[in-house]
Amino acid sequence: MKVVVCIKQGPDTKGGVKFNPDGTLDRGAMLAIMNPDDKAGLEAALRLKDQYGAEVTVLTMGLPKAADVLREAIAMGADKGVLVTDRVLGGADTWATSTTIAGALRNLDYDLIITGRQAIDGDTAQVGPQIAEHLGLPVISYAQEIKVDGDKVTVRRQYDDRYHMVEAKMPCLITALSELNDPRYMTPGGIFDACKAEITTWGRADLKDVEDCNLGLAGSPTKIAKASDKVRKGAGEKVVPESPEEAVSYIVGKMNEKHLI
Amino acid sequence: MNLEEYKGVYVFAQQVDNKVDSIAYELLGKAKELAAPLNTQVTAVLIGSNVKDLCGSLAEYGADRIIVVDDPELKDYRTEPYAHALASVINEYKPEIMLVGATAIGRDLGPTVSARVATGLTADCTVLEIGDFPLVPIPGKESEQKHNQLLMTRPAFGGNTIATIACPNNRPQMATVRPGVMQKIEPVKGAKAEIIEFNPGFTPNNKYVTIKEVVKAVKDVADIMDAKVLVSGGRGVGSAENFKILEELAEAVGGVVSCSRAVVDSGWKPKDLQVGQTGKTVRPNVYFAIGISGAIQHVAGMEESDVIIAINKDEDAPIFDVADYGVVGDLNKIVPQLTAAIKAEKAKKNN
Repeated sequence: MKVVVCIKQGPDTKGGVKFNPDGTLDRGAMLAIMNPDDKAGLEAALRLKDQYGAEVTVLTMGLPKAADVLREAIAMGADKGVLVTDRVLGGADTWATSTTIAGALRNLDYDLIITGRQAIDGDTAQVGPQIAEHLGLPVISYAQEIKVDGDKVTVRRQYDDRYHMVEAKMPCLITALSELNDPRYMTPGGIFDACKAEITTWGRADLKDVEDCNLGLAGSPTKIAKASDKVRKGAGEKVVPESPEEAVSYIVGKMNEKHLI
Repeated sequence: MNLEEYKGVYVFAQQVDNKVDSIAYELLGKAKELAAPLNTQVTAVLIGSNVKDLCGSLAEYGADRIIVVDDPELKDYRTEPYAHALASVINEYKPEIMLVGATAIGRDLGPTVSARVATGLTADCTVLEIGDFPLVPIPGKESEQKHNQLLMTRPAFGGNTIATIACPNNRPQMATVRPGVMQKIEPVKGAKAEIIEFNPGFTPNNKYVTIKEVVKAVKDVADIMDAKVLVSGGRGVGSAENFKILEELAEAVGGVVSCSRAVVDSGWKPKDLQVGQTGKTVRPNVYFAIGISGAIQHVAGMEESDVIIAINKDEDAPIFDVADYGVVGDLNKIVPQLTAAIKAEKAKKNN
């Protein structure tokens, strides 16, 4: 059984956010971590490796330094890493990103593709289902549980007020929720392997059945009109009352003023 | 793609168990606003099995026209038959704008359909407007500025930034919209819409998954998105048991208890009650933030509340940056007394 996990090196949003002059992200200027939902997807794949001896390939698209996230995945137990990187792929929206990743996946054998539900920078949850669409695969989003039996996979699919137990025939694509599992740590042996591991690097020319007009900033149907730090409504009043009684009479006074009682 | 062929504002009218989801009405409210400057009509796309009865309420909430795709394959939500239904509607009727709720259904359906019809999709929008792209014409290229574009604004980076996005060269312009953000219209009793039945044919293929089991969560709590007053607690409340004092306050003010992510993570309250970027967006008339520090991800879900009252013992808590009225103090002492005072105030007004 072959599993490909699509992972992303995301900015740690706690470290602040930087933009290029054209409004796209300046990823080079931000701290980078393995996206949490993707890490849960990787752990799910590694459990299939533990259980059935599945071969696990991790794939990412990004700047050359995104190879770090592939090495981290190998240190956790993944077998191979593929980095898709090319200047012409920069500034891609979810359509151009999913087109690119689908083009890379067409070169690989897989029974199962796992992606994270969404990335902590964009929060869009779009790339996983869009990859499945480009590849003509069934997609099961928001997986809380994954079980493989023969050529079938059963997934607990989360909805707002319920879950469905869904069965699909492989090959298929699953998007993982971070609550799927607790990802394992890197092992010392794994870190040793990761340092030695050769990362396969693919550029534009290696993408299969993809047209130039669907790649990068130019191939992105969505365009950024404006990006900015969020302007928040200003602070109102703040009081430091001497006693709880004073606090209560302040609040009740304000509520009466606004006719809220 | 001839962009001129694409007309009208369309809404995916999400239904589950043959009940229209509130997001459908919210999207209709917004669609009506967007349709006015475009001088066009609002179409609801209703997809399901035996769902025709739901057309009446969609008309009352603002649909001028309803396209119904009704087929037994569409009984419970599955990506493929629903995506086939919506993509077929788009290919047949050519909407200019297609809005979908950013629900656990819409965030799966939207990307699949946008990839199938080869257009852009902007996720989790909180503001939608009609305007120009680029916002300001490029000097020397004034004639290239496009008018009457859908401008889609969304938070990103856990609410740290906002971006406004356009889709100038592809149609439809597609967006998923955060629940609880757009306003429904006051329903017009007896309003009628033109109803079109459309069935593109459903032949199961490899993409049709099998639903083995449907397990519904037991709902014993009120929906926090409908509440006029929310009494919201954070880590500072201290324990699941101590939420009792918030529940008493909620009862006194006629509100509902909600909470921050820390509370859900600690297992004190279920996820249904969580306000914030990864929870629900709320905008009640009054939001009490009690023992909530005010992390950006929480504020993103409640900052549109009309009046925010914060109680926190930490004078530097960021919640005071968004609160209209901030009180620095011990919630354990203030909240019970506040409950008593509000009860007394109400009793006085009733006499």
